[in-house]
Amino acid sequence: MTPVTPPAALAPRQDRKAQWLLIGLAVALTLFIVVVPLLYILWRALSEGLAVFAQNILAPDTLHAIWLTSAVAIVTLPVNLCVGIAAAWLIARFTFPGRKALLTIIELPFSISPIIAGVCYLLLYGRQGLLGPALAAADIKILFALPGIVLVTLFVTGPFVAREVLPLMQAQGSEQEQAALTLGASGWQIFRRVTLPNIRWALLYGAVLATARAVGEFGAVSVVSGAIRGQTMTLPLQIELLFNDLNVVGAFAAASTLTLIALVVLVLKTLIEARTR
Amino acid sequence: MSLVISHLARRFGATPVLRGIELEVRQGELIALLGPSGSGKTTLLRIIAGLDWPDAGGLSFDGTDWLAKSAAERRIGFVFQHYALFPHMTVRDNIAFGLTVLPRATRPGQAQIAATVDRLLRFLQIDGLADRYPAELSGGQRQRVALGRAMAIEPRVLLLDEPFGALDAQVRRDLRRWLRGVHDSTGTTTIFVTHDQEEAFELADRVVVMNGGVVEQIGHPDEIYDHPATPFVARFLGLTVELPIAMRAGRAEASGLDLSALPRRAIPDGPATLFLRPADIQPVPDPAAPFRVTEIASTGALLRIVAESDTGCRIEAEVSRREGRDLRVGHAVGLRPAAGQIFPGGATPLARPASAPKALKEARP
Repeated sequence: MTPVTPPAALAPRQDRKAQWLLIGLAVALTLFIVVVPLLYILWRALSEGLAVFAQNILAPDTLHAIWLTSAVAIVTLPVNLCVGIAAAWLIARFTFPGRKALLTIIELPFSISPIIAGVCYLLLYGRQGLLGPALAAADIKILFALPGIVLVTLFVTGPFVAREVLPLMQAQGSEQEQAALTLGASGWQIFRRVTLPNIRWALLYGAVLATARAVGEFGAVSVVSGAIRGQTMTLPLQIELLFNDLNVVGAFAAASTLTLIALVVLVLKTLIEARTR
Repeated sequence: MSLVISHLARRFGATPVLRGIELEVRQGELIALLGPSGSGKTTLLRIIAGLDWPDAGGLSFDGTDWLAKSAAERRIGFVFQHYALFPHMTVRDNIAFGLTVLPRATRPGQAQIAATVDRLLRFLQIDGLADRYPAELSGGQRQRVALGRAMAIEPRVLLLDEPFGALDAQVRRDLRRWLRGVHDSTGTTTIFVTHDQEEAFELADRVVVMNGGVVEQIGHPDEIYDHPATPFVARFLGLTVELPIAMRAGRAEASGLDLSALPRRAIPDGPATLFLRPADIQPVPDPAAPFRVTEIASTGALLRIVAESDTGCRIEAEVSRREGRDLRVGHAVGLRPAAGQIFPGGATPLARPASAPKALKEARP
């Protein structure tokens, strides 16, 4: 089949002008909205030389923030994977009362502003909150500590894995799993040898998206972390703090680290997309 | 005697899908479950496989209750309509799957599994495809791989759901003969589901005709073809012409019909319905007969003739062009059926020639 496009010479002249105008506009917008700010971060971070950049990155508070953000990402990822697969499997393979409700609940964090999630956790686990006194009595510290940050990050990143895996599982149906069942495979064998290989790319894609979000989350975390310097500052919070302290190079150095993580994740995502096609 | 199904019933919500199925499948038989879509044949197959469970009734194999066993414990081979091959495994790994998931104690060694797979690949005539992935195979090749995967576990019963449904006509015919050959050389008890009567009749030792969740008839293909047991089976097998007749002393009588070719039947006197294949009807010019030719169309080798009676009865006949050469539209004809099936009672089928065609006929010049 040959595509039916008229030869360029036949197209009216004004249209070609309009084409270039639109293309130029798109390029300009992309440059000033996406590319320039990113490059500017790097440029400002390195503007006073590599030594100052390194010194800022290696400042104890910033280093701690990088460690804390990594820890949050590492803890939330396996939880997200397990819960996401379980939820997608439940919804794709079974019909039960409340199935639609479950689907809505899974998607809820997408439509709720993260700061509301943070406030909810504050009201629930805070000292004057519903569970606060009981937790305080048991000497369990959730708010203004790692558990709170992890919990609120889980809330915000919860939908990603299920949202990626579910449509694929629904499209594939359960015939392969039934075939494996008739061939004598156990539940675990079916999951490991049939289900998992079929969803592996969607799963990885969901994991990448969830991790990117976990690393970059600001609003919800800022409410529950309490922003204690050198203790509960994640990288995004640290950047804001440095910025408010007028430490521009420090802020940009931290920001460039976060950007670098995001870029790595983005490249991974693109590679995965190429692989899925 | 091997597989015994008794009183099997299944409903999906409020809809009954199986309504008291009785069936015995003997060791080594090749059985076809034949019926239109929605007749419950696939549900029956899935219950035998252990992929679905009945609401009532029994299922046993060689005396053991299969309803107490899981699909894996029954050791059946199930071939899905769309094959359900594992897309991330090669043909070799697909076929070996059932052997590699066996518990360690009973699992054959690597070399033994490889030998079994090689033997199956040769037997199924796909030995050149061992290292390909399912996406690289044609429909017919996938079907062979799916069968190989099911056969690798040496199933007690082989179950196939519309095995040739997704293939084109030529491949269907080839695979049909090939499957018969496979069955004859392995002797595995086999049950397959189809809605294609030609497929069922060519392939099966016995055919089970199903409709609306009940078994309409079980028998040898010729027996079913020559003696359909119920009006449904008659219609399903192409006896599409239904005529009201009267029974007297075992003989069928109707005005304008020469029924001398039909044998006597043990049917009580009274109204009855005669079911005919269009190809078994010979229209004979007869000025006194109540049928009038209203349409003649040529299909090449055959003439399709439509005739209508004064009472609004509309029939279709197929004759060779030579036999029909003297027939013209408007001629009065009598009908001489060469074979047919009679069922007592006439009320319901008679209602079929509705008033609409009659009104059309009256409007015609």
